[in-house]
Amino acid sequence: MILDGKCPSGPLAEKWDRRRHELKLISPANRRGYKIIIAGMGLAGASAAAALGELGYNVEAFCLQDSPRRGHSIAAQGGINAAKNYPNDGDSILRLFYDTIKGGDFRAREANVYRLAMLSNNIIDQCVAQGVPFARDYAGYLENRSFGGAQVSRTFYARGQTGQQLLLGAYGALSLQIKARTVTLHPRKEMLDLVVIDGKAKGITVRDMVTGEIKCFEADAVCICTGGYSNIFYLSTNAMSSNVTAAYRAFKKGAFFANPCFMQIHPTCIPASGDRQSKLTLMSESLRNDGRIWAPKNKGDRRAPHEIPEHERDYFLERMYPAYGNLAPRDIASRTVKEICDNGFGAGGGRGVYLDFADAIKRSGRDKIRERYGNLFEMYEKITGENAYNQPMRIYPAPHYTMGGLWVDYNLQSSIPGLFVLGEANFSDHGANRLGASALMQGLADGYFIIPYTISDYLAETAPGKVNAEHSEFKKSRDDAESYIKKLLSVKGRKTASEFHRELGRILWDNVGMVRSEEGLKKALQLIPPLRAEFRQNVKITGSGSELNQELERAGRIADFLEFGELMARDALHRRESCGAHFRIEHQTQDGGARRNDENFCYTAAWEFKGVDREPELHKEPLKFENVELAARSYK
Amino acid sequence: MNLTLFVWRQKGPDEQGRLERHEAKNISPEMSFLEMLDAVNENLVKNGKEPIAFDHDCREGICGSCSQVINGVPHGPKEKTTVCQLHMRHFKDGDAIYIEPLRAKAFPVIKDLIVDRGALDRIIQSGGYISVHTGGVPDANAVLIPKEAAEAAMDAAECIGCGACVAACPNGSAMLFTAAKVTHLAMLPQGRIESARRVCMMTESMLNEGFGNCSNHYECQAACPKGIKVQFIAKLNREFLKAVFKN
Repeated sequence: MILDGKCPSGPLAEKWDRRRHELKLISPANRRGYKIIIAGMGLAGASAAAALGELGYNVEAFCLQDSPRRGHSIAAQGGINAAKNYPNDGDSILRLFYDTIKGGDFRAREANVYRLAMLSNNIIDQCVAQGVPFARDYAGYLENRSFGGAQVSRTFYARGQTGQQLLLGAYGALSLQIKARTVTLHPRKEMLDLVVIDGKAKGITVRDMVTGEIKCFEADAVCICTGGYSNIFYLSTNAMSSNVTAAYRAFKKGAFFANPCFMQIHPTCIPASGDRQSKLTLMSESLRNDGRIWAPKNKGDRRAPHEIPEHERDYFLERMYPAYGNLAPRDIASRTVKEICDNGFGAGGGRGVYLDFADAIKRSGRDKIRERYGNLFEMYEKITGENAYNQPMRIYPAPHYTMGGLWVDYNLQSSIPGLFVLGEANFSDHGANRLGASALMQGLADGYFIIPYTISDYLAETAPGKVNAEHSEFKKSRDDAESYIKKLLSVKGRKTASEFHRELGRILWDNVGMVRSEEGLKKALQLIPPLRAEFRQNVKITGSGSELNQELERAGRIADFLEFGELMARDALHRRESCGAHFRIEHQTQDGGARRNDENFCYTAAWEFKGVDREPELHKEPLKFENVELAARSYK
Repeated sequence: MNLTLFVWRQKGPDEQGRLERHEAKNISPEMSFLEMLDAVNENLVKNGKEPIAFDHDCREGICGSCSQVINGVPHGPKEKTTVCQLHMRHFKDGDAIYIEPLRAKAFPVIKDLIVDRGALDRIIQSGGYISVHTGGVPDANAVLIPKEAAEAAMDAAECIGCGACVAACPNGSAMLFTAAKVTHLAMLPQGRIESARRVCMMTESMLNEGFGNCSNHYECQAACPKGIKVQFIAKLNREFLKAVFKN
């Protein structure tokens, strides 16, 4: 099937206006008759719930945390981009659009990305009006900084806690609507199923994580805003409860999953200290401005870094990429670090390389370095117990952000009418290699400024409240969820869910990680199904389903990861090209760069579920580039 | 290292709780406190016993989910550190460690170490925001904000809403939490029109939720993993008095 993204025609800059004019409206008095479900309360979900509540819709908002203020968006550090051109350095909507298209290695939709760049300016205005304390200069104006390779300063930030402040802004707007009773909040509820009636999304089934009760909620439309799935790797920068369940269960109900293999690896994370570590912590990439990255020249050198003399150190990024040195692009830096460690040259013989500030301290003085990176050095010391002023930091790449997600058209509607997908849970705007500071932008653009317009067009064609909770599909969904949980609990095997998670993570990191080969991907496809089968026979979950049971929650999510991991590998295998962070070893340029194949792969891959142990069906949405020329992604 | 844990176990809000003894064996000093509990839990599950329930999520000190009281101190012995960022190297081999939930009248225990902190959300819902609607707002640079004010607002806005301040306070007061939000918004020109109403609503909500009053013990500041200062409580009091006189 050739998929249609339903982008408006006409000049790029007029597309969104044109679409907004075409979209049907619902009169204010009629809006309260419509019920909308929103699952997930990060930036996308909270902003959508707030915006739709303001318009007068009847919103039911769900999150698995105890409070919407804890969505994982809260952990984003760096900043949010906008094309304001406040610094007068030549930025424009067109330039932000171009940078984002190029950063995604030409695997995103032009019309979507342009709209994102355009709305970025409204986001900053909106957040400032909410009281988000962005950094200011002494004249009282907003400050900007540069970020992730951009040549302009377009990143707005609130210290190192930008995500936190943006989420608290959205949480405030949401709280206002909760008080106004347009939004009903359901914390500690996990979405387990999407209810589809006559081909349309009409509700969800959730588990109350405190009482264990399985309950259905009906609505006229459903929005999934449940974030990304890089937690599938076991060790990632994601929060512990980040998962793919809501999106994956919607996929099982017929929503297409697009580009599942696209994910971003962040090069500067604190390496794992042992095999029982639970997550990886990201350190700002700005450290690479001053730190020099090196590894021992001798294989398996276990000496402490200060015992390794200068001539036995390999400053490999400076050696291999003299033009960029330590500032080589994210994907290149990540791949090289992994290769060094895989070949046994890692720091202390392990997984990590040194990021050394000794030269910078000699050059600029300890105070200057403290001024620039003091908080990062503190964070590093908190986690590792090492003082990075006296000895080099250790860093290693980690899975960070997933660009794949449920397929949506220009209106953010999935292949199931009435099911909308927002933020990281959809695939739409980032292509193959998301740049820094653009994830927050997409979450808020989708929630505040896109869904309020596009959802009305769908609702205008829908008679409100036609479906009630007594419909047989709801009963079936509830029964299915209940029997699924019963089945999980009845296995009574010998291995914990976490053990399966670690094994799956290892398979994926080794074979579907930052370097992929046909051989490795085929191996992953051989290894995952038996592990999944073993899980069904041998997982051990204690306690019952009718109480707060964190083992059960975990097992349910890992069961979905065990199926979804196969889809990721399949997608990575079929895409016989390298683009952005999807690096296929067979397809690279002479200097180790990613080689795209625009002739055969200039499309979005959207997969249709055909059964758990059956091959999914591939649908393609061709990508047309009318405004930018498809060029090799080069940062030279 | 090997440790003896005394962990609060409680099946549900209406059940009697008790301290239960557990051994944590072969713990590496590199582990975080929660990773140590993960290891204990995995053992419990393997032996067919119910693991210890505790709240946690981001494990990088920002989401505010984790909420344990360790040896009598919310978030444990290390200053300005959440439980998830507390590492075992701060303990000694053979230590006995007492782990309890945040204790406060306004935070009913849900299970083991998990408490219901919904009261904090309801304080915000009573008015802890700027009532701006989406769209139709002025350009971000149209309202100038002095750098000092923006920085002070950010100092207060860093609160992660973990509730440690409440558990540390002998009165079970939520003053530091509320003060942080009130100060954040009071430093900024946006939403000034509703500032008197905001502080009155939030204060009233605090009382209704069963939080106690502030009697200047400063335990909240000592326990706060983000270093939120008690000066903000003074600011809250000033804002409140201003509002009362205004009315």
